[in-house]
Amino acid sequence: MIQLENVSKAYSAGAPALYQVSLDVDDGEFVFIVGPSGSGKSTLIKLLLKELEPTEGKIVVGGHDLSKIKKRQIPRYRRNIGFVFQDFRLLKDRTVYDNLAFAERATGASTRKIRSTVPKMLSMVGLAEKYRSMPDELSGGEQQRVAIARALINRPKLILADEPTGNLDMDNAWEIMRLLEKINRTGTTVLVVTHNLEIVSAMKKRVVRLKQGAIVDDEPAEV
Amino acid sequence: MFSIASIATMAACIFLFGLIFSMVINVRQMVKEAESGVTITVFFDEGISQDQIDKIGQEIQARPEVTKIKYVSAEEALQQYVDEYMNGSEEAAQGLGDDNPLANSANYEVYMDDISQQSELASYIESLDGVRQVNQSVLAANILSDFNRLAAYVAIAIMAILLGVAVFLISNTVRIGIAVRSDEIAIMKLIGASNHFINAPFIVEGIVIGMTGSIIPLVILYFLYNKIVTYILGHFVFLSDVINFVPAGHVFVYLVPVSLILGAGIGFIGSQITIHRHMNV
Ligand SMILES: Nc1ncnc2c1ncn2[C@@H]1O[C@H](COP(=O)(O)OP(=O)(O)O)[C@@H](O)[C@H]1O
Ligand SMILES: [Mg+2]
Repeated sequence: MIQLENVSKAYSAGAPALYQVSLDVDDGEFVFIVGPSGSGKSTLIKLLLKELEPTEGKIVVGGHDLSKIKKRQIPRYRRNIGFVFQDFRLLKDRTVYDNLAFAERATGASTRKIRSTVPKMLSMVGLAEKYRSMPDELSGGEQQRVAIARALINRPKLILADEPTGNLDMDNAWEIMRLLEKINRTGTTVLVVTHNLEIVSAMKKRVVRLKQGAIVDDEPAEV
Repeated sequence: MFSIASIATMAACIFLFGLIFSMVINVRQMVKEAESGVTITVFFDEGISQDQIDKIGQEIQARPEVTKIKYVSAEEALQQYVDEYMNGSEEAAQGLGDDNPLANSANYEVYMDDISQQSELASYIESLDGVRQVNQSVLAANILSDFNRLAAYVAIAIMAILLGVAVFLISNTVRIGIAVRSDEIAIMKLIGASNHFINAPFIVEGIVIGMTGSIIPLVILYFLYNKIVTYILGHFVFLSDVINFVPAGHVFVYLVPVSLILGAGIGFIGSQITIHRHMNV
């Protein structure tokens, strides 16, 4: 699903955020990315979303060489990826339903299709009855579940989550992680950046450890 | 707040455009009417033969800008003179005796469709063999058409400035809209919304501002035009013989679509500029 070959990323000044990183993630894998603050985890996610261009190296996602994707093809590329961020990134002035509908409409779906998909995605994350709520009326955990439902709406092959539990208490964090695991079991590749080492060690998935922009450890999943 | 300024500027721009347009279209009609009477009068050398006169006539006729040429014999010239200055009185005419004092007054009246070429044509005819004198009728038409052109240039200059300001204001209005909704735009980009989907609302916003800015002055102009025409014709009765105003319907059948397209176009350009600058996709 993901291949990185000697990828480096340097912002204008200072040491590179990522240096000579090589990484392979297979289809259907669940991978944690861990490491101290500033070690380059978010930079890695941004490279995969093609929000940033690598300074050097090659990135292939789902068979697409990212350097070959033209600017105007980026939207189409991103529709194959679901993203989840620490701060949820929901539209605060719209209901839960509209947040999802908006995401689906943005890719050109018909109203008819939206009406059938949105409730399905909401019930998948256990929020079917909250479709009329505004994001502010939901708990953090619920908001993150809405964000996950939105990430799933285009049925992506890959989910990228950057500290999805960073703003949540332990119970909610667990709920989100179990949800991501459940999505992974349907065949979706999931990449989760997290600081929550307790959950990481409990889930026994593959763990890639970054430090100062380099991979220092890559533990396979325990079976 | 910005959108009110944008609409107002747009409105001023279209208002001016409409005003000038109405004026130009009316002046043009007046010039046309005046032109149909424009003549160059061509007199011949003394003792010239009828053959030579015919030949001159053919040469003048061959010019593309000449629509009609009319030969006036000495006798006809005298008759015209009598008619115009002696109220057609036969007695007075008799007083002139048998000698035709206008014996040398046989001439061509040359009619043309475009007075801007009048002096050029006159000097051409002057250069012809057998031509003694060429009289140009310096008509109000000349002045009118010069004035017309000047008014059009001034209007274009002012409009260009106003259009620039309108584009600037509209693009600013749209930029504020983009800033207010930057979160939404960022999310849309991550979701993979097409650029078209993201940009469309802002382009629509620009076009709506532009169109609103052109509809308002059009309505005002429509009432104003009829008011002014009625006023002039009512208060300056003598003018109603001289001036034929173009009916409002004729002016607005062009003015309305042109203004709306102009408004929409300005709005479109304004929003496009901002989108190109502030939406690095
Ligand atoms: N936009 C940016 N401009 C300059 N430096 C940046 C930018 N974003 C991140 N960095 C730097 O790159 C390094 C890695 O950042 P990041 O990928 O956000 O780390 P993490 O997500 O692991 O905390 C840090 O040193 C950070 O200061
Ligand atoms: Mg980070």
